[in-house]
This record gives sequence, structure tokens and C-alpha cells, in this order.
Amino acid sequence: MTAKIGYDDVEVGTELPAQSFPVTRATLVQYAGASGDFNPIHWNEKFAKEVGLPDVIAHGMFTMAEAVRVVTDWVGDPAAVVEYGVRFTKPVVVPNDDEGALIEVSAKVAAKLDDHQVRVDLTATSAGQKVLGLSRAVVRLA
Amino acid sequence: MALDQSFVGRSYPPTEPYEVGREKIREFAEAVGDPNPAYTDPEAAKALGHTDLIAPPTFVFAITFKAAGDVVADPQLGLDYSRVVHRDQKFAFSRPVRAGDRLTVTSTIVEIKSLAGNDVIDVRGDVHDEAGEHVVTAWTKLVARAAEEA
Repeated sequence: MTAKIGYDDVEVGTELPAQSFPVTRATLVQYAGASGDFNPIHWNEKFAKEVGLPDVIAHGMFTMAEAVRVVTDWVGDPAAVVEYGVRFTKPVVVPNDDEGALIEVSAKVAAKLDDHQVRVDLTATSAGQKVLGLSRAVVRLA
Repeated sequence: MALDQSFVGRSYPPTEPYEVGREKIREFAEAVGDPNPAYTDPEAAKALGHTDLIAPPTFVFAITFKAAGDVVADPQLGLDYSRVVHRDQKFAFSRPVRAGDRLTVTSTIVEIKSLAGNDVIDVRGDVHDEAGEHVVTAWTKLVARAAEEA
């Protein structure tokens, strides 16, 4: 395991490079196929509205997968992720147009732990709303 | 109607092994748009010290969620699955999932509670490889929203 970032090089408050991830209806169909989650709220507008949603929404697990990229890109080796947890607070609504939605993710080191590990707290928003809560990863650095 | 509390602590037999394929990892990485070469190029993965391609951290959910689904679909539990939303997800890794792994999931119901008429169920999935070594544990919290008044 070869994390690019050294434990001694970060401190509490160190910010990871923020990233934005676009998501369209086509993205959701592709993710449904790859993940095996074919719940129609993620691709069928009529169904989504019938169950009380404003429109088709992204898979929570898609949003979770995008958010952690800020961490894995920073550290280089995805195997450095020891723990990762989120709460799905608001859905990412994906309109049926060319633009779709944007998931914006920032992250910072929130605590230095034993054994070269740090806790990174993530913030993910879409359309100005926080879409993940309690979003935290524990990462083992070099 | 409140869910049956006697299900708390119940464990279910391990699932049939799921064999992790390189192409499935590549397909997943492409679907989430992640260009990290450890997901697509065995040589790049080896350069990081792995024996084969590794999977993105959330890849294993497809396996644990299917196992959790079998648990919460138990008719004796009485969960209305059509009203279920995914509330929380957490993973704790002993090592990354990698191509060639044959993984089994043992699911346990950790918690059942009722919050403002909503049923909340927390399922832990312990994932082991063919040698019986722990790979990852996934905690999946599902909420069945209360049915609206008729």
C-alpha cells in the first residue's frame, strides 16, 4: 500500500482538493447496470413522481461513490480507505436534460488518529443542498 | 405495526460465494467515472502493492445489499419494502476487495426501532474471502416510512 500523502504532512484542517461530479440520466442508467440496483426511482420519472419524489433521483450509493473520489484521488491508493460512512440526507434530483445535476464535494482532515490514520470529513452538496450528512472516511497515510 | 424485536441479533447463514471479476470492477469504475488505474490496469494495481485489480470502496455494496435484501424480505419480519429508503451506509475494511475474490456475506440484524412511526432497521454484513479472512463489514440502515393515513 502506497499512499501518496504522508501522515506528518497533514494537520487538522488540511483541505483536500475539492471536485465536482456531473450526473445525468444516462449516468444513472449506467450505474444501475453496473451496481445491479434497478429501482425505478433512479430512471423512471413517472414512477418517481408517483412515490412522492420531485423527479428521478440519483442512487445514494452513486453519490457515496463520487464523494469518496476526493479522498482516493488525494491519497492515490484507494486501499488506504479503512472506514467510510455517510447518511443520505437529501436526494440528488437529476432533471431530464443535457446538464443533469452536479455533485460538489469538499473535504478536510478533521482528526489525526493513531497508526498513521486520519479522519477526513466530507461535504457533498447538489443544487445548494447538503446531500450527505455524517460523511466521514478514515484513511491510512504513508 | 411495530416490527418484531425478537429479530434483533439474528444472524443468517452465509451467502453463496460471489466471484469478483476484473471486468465487473472495470464496469463499475467506468459507471462512476473514476479513472484510478488501480481499478482497470493490473500492473498499476501491482505497483501499489496489490496482487490484482482492486475495487472502488463502495463496489462491495452490490453484494452486501443483496444479502441484506434477503434478510429484510423475510416475511416474518413484516417490513413493507415498498416504503423503504436507504438512510445510512458505512464500511470498515480489513483490505480492499480485489479481482478473483470469492466473497460470502453473513448478515446480522443489529437494531430494529420505531421512530415517529417509521421503522428503522440496521443490518450488518460481514464479508469474508474463500480462506475465511475478513475483508469488509458493511452496515446498512433502512427506514420504512410510515404508511399515510387512509
